[in-house]
Amino acid sequence: MSVDQTTVAKIASLARIKMSEDELARMAPELSQILDWVEQLGEVDTSEVEPMTAVIPNSLRLRADEVDADPLTGGNRRDDVLANAPAAEHGFFGVPKVIE
Amino acid sequence: MMSTYRIQGATGEWEVVIGLEVHAQVTSNAKLFSGSSTAFGAEPNTQVSLIDAAMPGMLPVPNRECIRQAVRTGMAIEAQINAWSRFDRKNYFYADLPQGYQISQLYHPLVGEGSLTIEADEKAGIGEDKVIGIERIHVEQDAGKLMHDQHPTMSYVDLNRCGVALMEIVSRPDMRSPAEAGAYLRKLRTILRYVGSCDGNMEEGSMRADVNVSVRKPGEEFGTRTETKNVNSVRFVMQAIEHEARRQVDLIEDGGTVVQETRLFDPNSGTTRSMRSKEDAHDYRYFPDPDLLPLELDEDFLAECRASLPELPDAKRRRYVEELGLSDYNARELTAEVETFARFETLLAATARGIGKGEKDVATQVANWSLSVAPGVMNALGDEANPAHATAEAQAAILAMQAGGEISGGQAKEIFEIVLRTGREPGEIAESEGLKQVSDTGAIEAAIDEILAKNADKVEEYRGGKDKLFGFFVGQTMKAMQGKANPAVVNQLLKAKLG
Repeated sequence: MSVDQTTVAKIASLARIKMSEDELARMAPELSQILDWVEQLGEVDTSEVEPMTAVIPNSLRLRADEVDADPLTGGNRRDDVLANAPAAEHGFFGVPKVIE
Repeated sequence: MMSTYRIQGATGEWEVVIGLEVHAQVTSNAKLFSGSSTAFGAEPNTQVSLIDAAMPGMLPVPNRECIRQAVRTGMAIEAQINAWSRFDRKNYFYADLPQGYQISQLYHPLVGEGSLTIEADEKAGIGEDKVIGIERIHVEQDAGKLMHDQHPTMSYVDLNRCGVALMEIVSRPDMRSPAEAGAYLRKLRTILRYVGSCDGNMEEGSMRADVNVSVRKPGEEFGTRTETKNVNSVRFVMQAIEHEARRQVDLIEDGGTVVQETRLFDPNSGTTRSMRSKEDAHDYRYFPDPDLLPLELDEDFLAECRASLPELPDAKRRRYVEELGLSDYNARELTAEVETFARFETLLAATARGIGKGEKDVATQVANWSLSVAPGVMNALGDEANPAHATAEAQAAILAMQAGGEISGGQAKEIFEIVLRTGREPGEIAESEGLKQVSDTGAIEAAIDEILAKNADKVEEYRGGKDKLFGFFVGQTMKAMQGKANPAVVNQLLKAKLG
């Protein structure tokens, strides 16, 4: 499967990644090669094989409906959450104005 | 009679086809995949965990209660429950969602095909009960909130809502008028509130609808639809449909074509306008979320969901009519809101117990009291009424006295008024304020004897066949008793004496 430069530009734009023409030109064959490599898997007949969702047999765990029971997965840590924000004001993240 | 809502165009009549996608916030303490709180109105970003902020390395673990509530909702609309479902990533890049994707369920939703019934409503042009199909319910994350008006060059982001569980409830395109869409939304809201899976509070955004509208000539193929996003009241949904259908008809008749697009409703003008022009806005590149195994529900889990369902609106309404003997109107009014039927059922049980009768024997009296008499007295009193005094005990005591003939309907109202003002006990009020009917036959008989003696000529006329005079004797007797005689007893005694 080959990916052309227009497709790469579209993917980059959807992911909000800015790429120069040079980068796009270099990326197109690289992505194509990766896809070709993965596509080799299509040569194997898997029509009789159940799709595998995990390497070891396991089932999805569910959590109890408890607030802040574990500090690692709970809220009430605004300073930590905002610590890496390029701009934080009055407890909000500040981002360049986006309005439709 | 069929529903025949039609839009008059220059080229004839048009039919509108409506489907609704309702986003309902699941009632839970914690978010769908993290332990942070869902409470409304907290300080910005105080209810955000490292998971909600999408810090690298954090893994989502679903909240059992959110899954349970979505399953119970599915059961309430008699839907197929998928014991095996899966989460997918819906990729989009926007500041209200730090993950860069919403965890949703595209390919294998938790709940499959179901339906609900909207009731006939002549006034709204809904001729008969109608079943509206529901295609699916899936579970997904809500996004954060952006504020654009707080800073000249920046938008402020509050992620408190980010990651709260939503049910997306997708109807079939089965509705054919704004009224049907309104009835569907109201019915869905009632069911959600009965089940307890969503508080249905549209003002706080707990329930919002995406409205899909297309038009066609009756009997022809579906036209191209538009989707009006995030409409947050029943009235606005109806307005949006009306406006959008009209716009599409005018557009087509003027030689244009309807474009499949996302539109925005403006509540101030009641109109819709195009929202997204970028053609790649819908390129969500869904794929199964590798952070989450498939969701598999066992028999015990499903059995508990089913067992914990309450009596649902349709069943309750039927029972009120068939078992309690209430009118269709009363049954519908009493079952529309959870608070209303809860108050009614408490009062009904207390009244029946108070006079040692079955619920059926007092149901109509209690229904009329709950729906019209009590609210009437409360409204008339306004600020003078203390609603805290309107306990079930007090009202049951009044209703029991009335049912037993001790007090009249008018006296019941007067006593309730005093209860609302003062919180005094109804029996004591009746006693000390003299608000009681006289059923003592001795006293009434004495009054009747005196009246008959004084009006011997009229007694002759009555006995001679002038039946109408009976009313005169009743009136005179009531007057002599200062309006406090039990009318049933007066009638009975007069009939006997005039014989």
